Amino acid sequence: MGIIKTNKLTFEYIRRDEEGNVEGITRAVDGVDLDIKQGDFIAVLGHNGSGKSTFAKHINAILYPTEGTIWVDGMDTQDEKHLWDIRQEAGMVFQNPDNQIIGQMVEEDVGFGPENMGVPTEEIWERVEESLKAVGMYEYRKHSPNKLSGGQKQRVSIAGVIAMHPKCIILDEPTAMLDPNGRKEVIRAVRALNDVEGITVVLITHYMEEIIHADMVFVMDQGHIAMEGTPREIFSRVDELKELRLDVPQVTLLAHELRQNGVNLPEGILTIEEFTEALAAVSGHQ
Amino acid sequence: MLRNGEIMIRDITLGQYYQADSVIHKLDPRVKLVATIGFIISLFVVDGWIGYVVAALFLACMIKLSKVPFGYMVKGMKAIVFILMITVVFNLFLTPGEPLVTFWKLRITKEGLRIAVMMAVRLSFLIVGSSLMTLTTTPNSLTDGMEKLMGPLKYVKVPVHEVAMMMSIALRFIPILLEETDKIMKAQIARGADFESGNLVKKAKAMVPLLVPLFISAFRRANDLAMAMEARCYRGGEHRTKMKPLRYRSADRAAYCVLLLYFAGCVAIRVCL
Amino acid sequence: MSLILDHVNYVYGEDTSLAVHALKDINLVIPDGQFIGLIGHTGSGKSTLVQHLNGLIRPTSGAIYYNGEDIHDGDYDKKKLRSKVGLVFQYPEHQLFEIDVFKDVCFGPKNLGLSQKETELRAYAALKQVGLADEYFYQSPFDLSGGQKRRVAIAGVLAMKPDILILDEPTAGLDPKGRDEILDQIAKLKEETGITVILVSHSMEDVAKYVERIIVMNRGSVLFDDVPREVFQHYRELEQVGLAAPQVTYIMQALAKRGMKVDTAVTTIREAGQEILRALAL
Repeated sequence: MGIIKTNKLTFEYIRRDEEGNVEGITRAVDGVDLDIKQGDFIAVLGHNGSGKSTFAKHINAILYPTEGTIWVDGMDTQDEKHLWDIRQEAGMVFQNPDNQIIGQMVEEDVGFGPENMGVPTEEIWERVEESLKAVGMYEYRKHSPNKLSGGQKQRVSIAGVIAMHPKCIILDEPTAMLDPNGRKEVIRAVRALNDVEGITVVLITHYMEEIIHADMVFVMDQGHIAMEGTPREIFSRVDELKELRLDVPQVTLLAHELRQNGVNLPEGILTIEEFTEALAAVSGHQ
Repeated sequence: MLRNGEIMIRDITLGQYYQADSVIHKLDPRVKLVATIGFIISLFVVDGWIGYVVAALFLACMIKLSKVPFGYMVKGMKAIVFILMITVVFNLFLTPGEPLVTFWKLRITKEGLRIAVMMAVRLSFLIVGSSLMTLTTTPNSLTDGMEKLMGPLKYVKVPVHEVAMMMSIALRFIPILLEETDKIMKAQIARGADFESGNLVKKAKAMVPLLVPLFISAFRRANDLAMAMEARCYRGGEHRTKMKPLRYRSADRAAYCVLLLYFAGCVAIRVCL
Repeated sequence: MSLILDHVNYVYGEDTSLAVHALKDINLVIPDGQFIGLIGHTGSGKSTLVQHLNGLIRPTSGAIYYNGEDIHDGDYDKKKLRSKVGLVFQYPEHQLFEIDVFKDVCFGPKNLGLSQKETELRAYAALKQVGLADEYFYQSPFDLSGGQKRRVAIAGVLAMKPDILILDEPTAGLDPKGRDEILDQIAKLKEETGITVILVSHSMEDVAKYVERIIVMNRGSVLFDDVPREVFQHYRELEQVGLAAPQVTYIMQALAKRGMKVDTAVTTIREAGQEILRALAL
């Protein structure tokens, strides 16, 4: 069993009208089965309302399945005695950078998690230092979060999670409210965590360029897992992605269009280098 | 007009933390809290000129030690001057006694003058004294200090930790909500809203398009924040350790001694003179 | 009928030690009926600039003329200006407040002092223009999805019948589907009504498809002001200021470097595909 495993994970909620009468039941997550290996970089894609955020909140035991089971490091999230262990092992970073920073000083915010866990004072300081260094925010430790850019705030939030020494970190659209620079900063920090510290990463996003480096990609639609595979496998299915109204990097799209026009390019091209190489090979033949 | 509004919000520097490296800044927040309360009490203990001179000297020394520029403190007090003036004027004209000056229907009495001056001195000392505390203590360590000082109240079921946490979160979100207010206001002005003209009723009505979105946003933020705190294992004050625990050092003990001396002095002045 | 910025400067907190020169000597002419992209990263001054256009911020020096009149003249009607230069803020759905969608859209025209009938007609037309289905008109705006809320908020400004519509990051926080829908709707609106549209964004890729002119802001100054294909040729300078040309530009530049004879100034995938096919056929 991997670090995160689900068995027919289903989450339903009841919609009510203004008088509180039941209007209907929505299945936000519908029978999801997956198994995530320790140390992997996982991306979960899908447009708004596809159920990806609802799914993410199950990993941290913020939501509980209405049917099926989810295990985090072998612990069933519905088992109350594991609640705090699960929240410590599976840290979570949310979308809005302003609404998840609690401390009034960067270092105080990063120390918040360890404080809650009852870590001794000296160790909190060590953890805060190493976490802030891991995301490159150490020099800002005395700053007020209000003075930071969006990307910096998200890196502080990530540091706040790392300081809890999790095995796995779930990022729920961490870049949705950032500009391109901030997005790059955050993704770079996340990749470093995965590469250097070996922390399992589950990145929920709708930006395609952020998933290129993932080990595994799951595409969600209407609560189901609609596609799964490596980024290359996913990106070679351009038409399906378009149908799901997801973006495809321009280079992948261009290669796809050229293929349709009879140019013999391989499917699933992800980078400009790959594209120019492949095109050079083709034009060399002609 | 809006620009003025913007500046007004930013102008409230009264007691906002002033970064400096001073003895006072480094004191334990509990010391500063106790000292501030002690100082305020002392202002009402003494009632002669000598007492005020002693208090003024004490305050002046503390300001000097804190390295906060006096001008900066005074600037922050502008907002309070108005309230101060009203108190002075009321005392000046409305205290019965031996008349000094009379013109038209107004009369200034000897007693009135005395009380007015005393009130002015007391109030301005009180304000300067307490703003000295907030100027030299970050809001966070202030809440920490309060939490620790009020600690014993836990045993009579006062949610001390929760109140302190609420205060510190409120302090963190005030600047965010101020900025948001400014943004929503501008957005509604762009839709032709008018926050300035008309009578009081009309003005109050005009606030609806500002207040509704502001409340909704505050609730959304509160909701998000609660979730983020839970995700980071927050479960109240139990089992919690502190990253910056409060510990008295020798400077703090010395400060308590100084305070005690000052207070004893004030009581002595009251009793002996 | 145009908007002219003449040597506009803006300094935040002018008489304090924290003064920030947010806009530096901006000179722009915005003629009728253009579709403009205003690009810059966070803090480049683009949001400050658009707030000057409808008189929300008064320049520290310089002047802004709308239809030949200085908008900061003593007796100039600001309210009227704001109805003519409609500004949709970032995350505009955060400004919704009425009990139903229709009432919320009526807020703008009502503030202009229009009759009840005219107000409702305009609100109805505006909601149609943003493509919101009738069934949502009498729902609470807070029950709608993110994309729908944003449409309602845009309609709230459109109902004032502006000649110039400025949208500050209209796609922020939306998913690709929502983003495409909103941008397509704006393009359609532009086509049908012929009004001037200024799209503020930090994404070149998003605006390249739609606009005919791109103004790039950096550190409070106008860095480039040209048609997209010309602006993207400066992709290296754009990178230096934290922006990027669309990926297509990089692909074409990489191909040209390898000796392929392609036009590097194409801006869309379709054009790029045709270029490559043409080059391959040679």
